[in-house]
Amino acid sequence: MTYSVKVLDHYEHPRNVGSFAKDEEGVATGMVGAPACGDVMKLQIKVGKGGIIEDAKFKTYGCGSAIASSSLVTEWVKGKTVDQALEIRNTQIAEELALPPVKIHCSILAEDAIKAAVADYRKKHGDPG
Amino acid sequence: MHSPVYLDHNATTPADPLVVEAMLPYLTARFGNPSSRHEYGRTARQAIDEARRQVAAALGAHPTEVVFTSGGSEANNLLIKGAAACLRPGLIAISAIEHPCVLRPAEQLARRGWTVEQIAVDALGRVEVGAFQEIIARKPKIVSVMMANNETGVVQDVEWLAGAARRSGAWFHTDAVQAVGKIAVDFRRLNAAGVHAMTLSAHKIGGPKGAAALILDKRVDLEPLIAGGGHERGLRSGTENVAAIVGFGVACELAVQRRVEASRKLLELRSRIETGLRSLGAVLFGQGAERLPNTVFFAFPEIDGETLVGQLDRAGYAVASGAACSSANPEPSHVLRAMGVPAELARGAVRASLGPESRPGDVDGLLAAVWRTVARLKGLAAVAV
Amino acid sequence: MLKLPIYLDYSATTPVDPRVAEKMIPFLVEKFGNPASRSHSFGWEAEAACEEAREEVARLVNADAKEIVWTSGATESNNLALKGAAQFYASKGKHVVTVKTEHKAVLDTCRELERQGFAVTYLDVLPNGLLDIDSFRAALRPETILVSVMMVNNEIGVIQPIAELGEICREKGIIFHVDAAQATGKVAIDLATLKVDLMSFSAHKTYGPKGIGALYVRRKPRVRLNAQMHGGGHERGFRSGTLATHQIVGMGEAFRLARMEMGSDNERIRMLRDRLLKGLSDIEHLYVNGDLEHRVPHNLNVSFAYIEGESLLMAVKDLAVSSGSACTSASLEPSYVLRALGRDDELAHSSIRFTLGRFTTEEEIDFAIRLLHEKIGRLRELSPLWEMVQEGIDLNTVQWAAH
Repeated sequence: MTYSVKVLDHYEHPRNVGSFAKDEEGVATGMVGAPACGDVMKLQIKVGKGGIIEDAKFKTYGCGSAIASSSLVTEWVKGKTVDQALEIRNTQIAEELALPPVKIHCSILAEDAIKAAVADYRKKHGDPG
Repeated sequence: MHSPVYLDHNATTPADPLVVEAMLPYLTARFGNPSSRHEYGRTARQAIDEARRQVAAALGAHPTEVVFTSGGSEANNLLIKGAAACLRPGLIAISAIEHPCVLRPAEQLARRGWTVEQIAVDALGRVEVGAFQEIIARKPKIVSVMMANNETGVVQDVEWLAGAARRSGAWFHTDAVQAVGKIAVDFRRLNAAGVHAMTLSAHKIGGPKGAAALILDKRVDLEPLIAGGGHERGLRSGTENVAAIVGFGVACELAVQRRVEASRKLLELRSRIETGLRSLGAVLFGQGAERLPNTVFFAFPEIDGETLVGQLDRAGYAVASGAACSSANPEPSHVLRAMGVPAELARGAVRASLGPESRPGDVDGLLAAVWRTVARLKGLAAVAV
Repeated sequence: MLKLPIYLDYSATTPVDPRVAEKMIPFLVEKFGNPASRSHSFGWEAEAACEEAREEVARLVNADAKEIVWTSGATESNNLALKGAAQFYASKGKHVVTVKTEHKAVLDTCRELERQGFAVTYLDVLPNGLLDIDSFRAALRPETILVSVMMVNNEIGVIQPIAELGEICREKGIIFHVDAAQATGKVAIDLATLKVDLMSFSAHKTYGPKGIGALYVRRKPRVRLNAQMHGGGHERGFRSGTLATHQIVGMGEAFRLARMEMGSDNERIRMLRDRLLKGLSDIEHLYVNGDLEHRVPHNLNVSFAYIEGESLLMAVKDLAVSSGSACTSASLEPSYVLRALGRDDELAHSSIRFTLGRFTTEEEIDFAIRLLHEKIGRLRELSPLWEMVQEGIDLNTVQWAAH
């Protein structure tokens, strides 16, 4: 398996690794995937005033492409509103990281992680969206 | 005592120094298993890809049409048995002068319900057109005719034969192990004419023993002969013989690069031998047919081939009494019998096959040794009579 | 200065020992004759060299040289043994027994036998990778004609109880084939006492060249085979095709060296393997795959829980190791051998096979230990599963989103 330069960069230097305290104000968590499938992504967003995502963190169990996809997503969602974050498409992720066809599912999982985190945020904050 | 002169290149050839040089790193420093995902494995895989490209380019094939095997015998077995296993039993037609590694696999098919027919050759060892067309009319499913015969060096018009076989819908295979490097072989052109598969071998062209290939039109379905791991697109399992395959790639490249010049030189030497032998009273087989530039197959009436060959070996000239396969049987050559050569004369058959390192002096020395030996043996015969 | 990546994949293939390479080269160049050439010294010289090598191969396993048949490798040997014996003895019965953890060369060949109308039983192994003798005995039927069990497993290095299995097979008149590709030079093999009828060997797993192997075919009691490759009738008709002299010479020398040096090699390699295991043992949630006692000294196969397999391989790219059999395709499928031990897919995915060899050094092992500590730590920092386990969550109780 050969990886693109960008995947390798995110894999070697993942951005925003870690976790927020669960009770922290404005924090929402999305966890997608399953160990048996070889990928589990946990994406956390911290939403501030006006629905802007101020910060994001991730942890990923998965291949280099899965780690890179989730690392990239934490960078992309920061500064966006939750609605804007929902507009991120897996195809954009796959294109940015030059993922090969067999790794497209990693970008899909990253998109799902955003959706799951936003859903968690809305559930907690009663925002019907 | 200096080393004997080697004039048995149709049996095997020394590896070219450039071939050996290319191979050695793949025994030691670059020893990885091509199936391994780490750097050692990838280095080995790249070497095989490169060799595949070299073999394909030299033979006018596409790299994906090259299936590496352990030898020409395996490649022939793979094609004959492998293609048959994917077809309903029917007729398989092979020329009467094929190498045992085509003849025997074909015979095996008879046990699975196939009809095996041998195609007759004429007195010069060429496939008889009438007999060929008659068999083709019976719609064989597999046809195999060698490009050049290992004993006589006689070259078949494979392009024409494949074209004529086309209407039968048969898979057409040609064993080209003796042809490569000596005459022009272009798989794309042959394929266009109707050839679907072709066998070549490294050790006949200055490469190492242990590597060979079947060039295969992808329309041909084959059942693998060796299962387990799915190497070579599932057609041939087993860890690739990396060093030998690397050597094979280089050997193919060199053989094709050098062919025109080498053939010209070989042809000169061959005429020199033939003129000499004729003047000594030898019968030359296949004379008048198109032949490989390096092969002379001859006999002296009333002189036993084995004896002559033994005497020549003692005189320092390594030649063969027939095909170099493992049978130690003194049966006269099946090739000569198919050509209608009387058994007594066939028993006298001797083959000299030249190579790129052969020199005019070697030829003259051989002729002198033949002359001395024949004179002595004839003298003995005269005494005995 | 260490040369990276460090080669710890000696079960995939070994470098040709320089002493072996030296013996091979003349047979490519000046002694290049075809061993089947009967009419001149080039041929005789090559034939003599092949016969001498045959003696060496026989000597390592205490067999007679006449019982050794050259092939292109262990894969071909396994094909010839299984198809050759099954086809020859088919009139006696059409049942074959093998094990789920065998090499693909045996398993794929058994699949082919199934297509040819044979019934094949694929036995489970115990969680330690070894065969259970009672279940083995129970699997044998009156119509069983052939059993194939490998001596040493290529992934986990466990040694099957060949002597006991052989006794059972002989008693029942069943042909017993053993794939010993991973065993030569690591385990003493005595075919004068083992009741084995057919045994496959490979040169390139024992510091010889690729492209050459052998099949042992017992003469007393005589075992018969249908040839799989036909032609000039080489190898007493068992296997036609020009003998690759330089490779055969290489295998002979490699097996001679194995016989001479097995004791000292094994002792040194076992020490290094134990050093590696000890060095890794403080990593939490590390599981050794396969029995440690009935095992060749050069193999260590471990799983690191809560780390995904492909990212693990990326992390240890300075180590040339294998995450499963080298013969599987490019896709990352969990190893079928580890699955057969009952390991779940995640642990099978996150396994690494370290196989040490004649040229492995202490320095290399120490480097590997340091590197693994660092990388495993980093990947676990990244792993949400590890975080949950640290928080005391039982992952089996988690409802995972369907994906």
